[in-house]
Amino acid sequence: MLSDEIKSEIQCGVSVCPTRHCAILEALQIVQKHHGWISDERIEAVAKFLGLTVEEVDGVATFYNRIYRKPVGRHVILVCDSVSCWIMGFENILDELRKLLGIGFGETTPDGRFSVLPIQCLGACEQAPAIMIDGTLYGYLDSDKLKKLLGNYE
Amino acid sequence: MEKPLTQHFVIGGEPLDLAGYEKVGGYEACRKSLKSLTRDDIMKLVKDSNLRGRGGAGFPTGLKWSSMPSSQNSPRPRYLIADADEMEPGAFKDRILMEGNPHQLIEGLIICAYTVDAEIGFIFIRSEYTKAAARINKAIREAYEKGYLGFNILGTGFNLDLKLHISSGRYICGEGTALTNSIEGHRAIPRHKAPRQTESGLWGMPTLLNNVETLCNIPHVVNNGAEWFRGLSKCKDGGTKIFGVSGKVRNPGCWELPMGTTIREILEEHAGGMRDGLKFRGTLPGGASTDFLVEQHLDTPMDYDSVQKAGSRFGTGTMIILDNQTCPVGMVHNLESFFSRESCGWCTPCREGLPWTAKILAAIEDGKGEPRDIDTLDFLVRSLGPGRTFCALAPGAMEPLRSALKFFREDFDAHIKEKRCPWR
Repeated sequence: MLSDEIKSEIQCGVSVCPTRHCAILEALQIVQKHHGWISDERIEAVAKFLGLTVEEVDGVATFYNRIYRKPVGRHVILVCDSVSCWIMGFENILDELRKLLGIGFGETTPDGRFSVLPIQCLGACEQAPAIMIDGTLYGYLDSDKLKKLLGNYE
Repeated sequence: MEKPLTQHFVIGGEPLDLAGYEKVGGYEACRKSLKSLTRDDIMKLVKDSNLRGRGGAGFPTGLKWSSMPSSQNSPRPRYLIADADEMEPGAFKDRILMEGNPHQLIEGLIICAYTVDAEIGFIFIRSEYTKAAARINKAIREAYEKGYLGFNILGTGFNLDLKLHISSGRYICGEGTALTNSIEGHRAIPRHKAPRQTESGLWGMPTLLNNVETLCNIPHVVNNGAEWFRGLSKCKDGGTKIFGVSGKVRNPGCWELPMGTTIREILEEHAGGMRDGLKFRGTLPGGASTDFLVEQHLDTPMDYDSVQKAGSRFGTGTMIILDNQTCPVGMVHNLESFFSRESCGWCTPCREGLPWTAKILAAIEDGKGEPRDIDTLDFLVRSLGPGRTFCALAPGAMEPLRSALKFFREDFDAHIKEKRCPWR
């Protein structure tokens, strides 16, 4: 379930951790980087690799919003739905995404290209409304800008 | 006007690398601290500077540092954590500082670690701050190569290892003890306040937690002295502050200004005032979890005590502006939905009370509110207030609601009476 590459990456990343428990999040981040999300099987594999129980690992995995326990698209669009972006109209961005992609919060396009997820304040309030696609921040958004942007992600 | 924190970068530009930072005097404070000042000297400087924590609570930094137990007979290792998790809605100042000058943070962190005798440091950063994380990682590598981090720093015998910890999310990590649990690889639920983290934090060891902006101030305090630092400010709290403004103003952004600059000056001179056709209606002066202030408070100086006297909290010093064309009930509904989602679920009042609050506000906003809903909201404000919950998340969530009920009561009543949102 875990490739040798992933195992050695985890090993390297967690070598400074004083307990096995504190390796959980970094291990899950590494697995997610390679596979996009964390399946039940991979939870088991991480637990086995770290010498922890499945419950210990899943208990941590399910707490954090940036660990995906369900499949996501090739590109994840995080839409800031916090207060400054609300004032500046993030709901228009959501409507536009629904028009362009046919999906809303928590959904993935049938072709597996995009998922749309809500995110707590992206810390880009001066550029509201703001979104993040695969770790890149885009601010001062409007419909035209959004439409052009999505074309860059295949 | 001096702007020590932001003097070496423009927002949106490239940061200085280590050589560039040294050329403008970078790591001089670190050298001076480790080579010619004692721990007590630095502690006294920081105490005398009247620097207060920039993460939101405003605890005096020197006092916090001195609550670390003495090194003798102390369990080891001792930890220092820089809180770079910035998730308070409306706040974006730490991102600007980390992207703009990562070495300034690292230098402040080294001086702090030396002063409190910590040998392992973490920078706890949220995963969405990808650009800041990349720049900090590069700066950490450079600092190791140049001997500012690692073993026997500058030949002084002081050791410090520094790791960038990338979080996996959740607002509750801004609560200091929840953050500790998160680094340990647990669910980020808060711990009991006693014993204090400085006595028993990460893995039960002495642990000091400081905000990014707080630590960025330290090299300047060491270089220029406590009196200079106090002189930067217009009030008794020392230093400058990164103030931010978001909402429908002409020029949203952030600026380094003297502590104690008034809300009016920040709003009108720096943020350019309200957009055409809009009027100022209110502000959350310190982020989402602070009470609204309104027009009568515009001349309040932005410092911890003045904002508190006006009935709110200084918080992060980043203001969110409500204009007269935006629905206050809708805004509070957005805030409470956020807090409801971000409750960690550990204690019952917060886990149950916040979704209840958000549901009532949704009903009012949708035109399905009833007069008695206001009484229920009043009850929730009391029931989720300070001392009723395990940590400060729910009391913080109640601050904008409590003040909205006070200042915008007529808007709540209009929704209920007209059975619709008058703004839609």
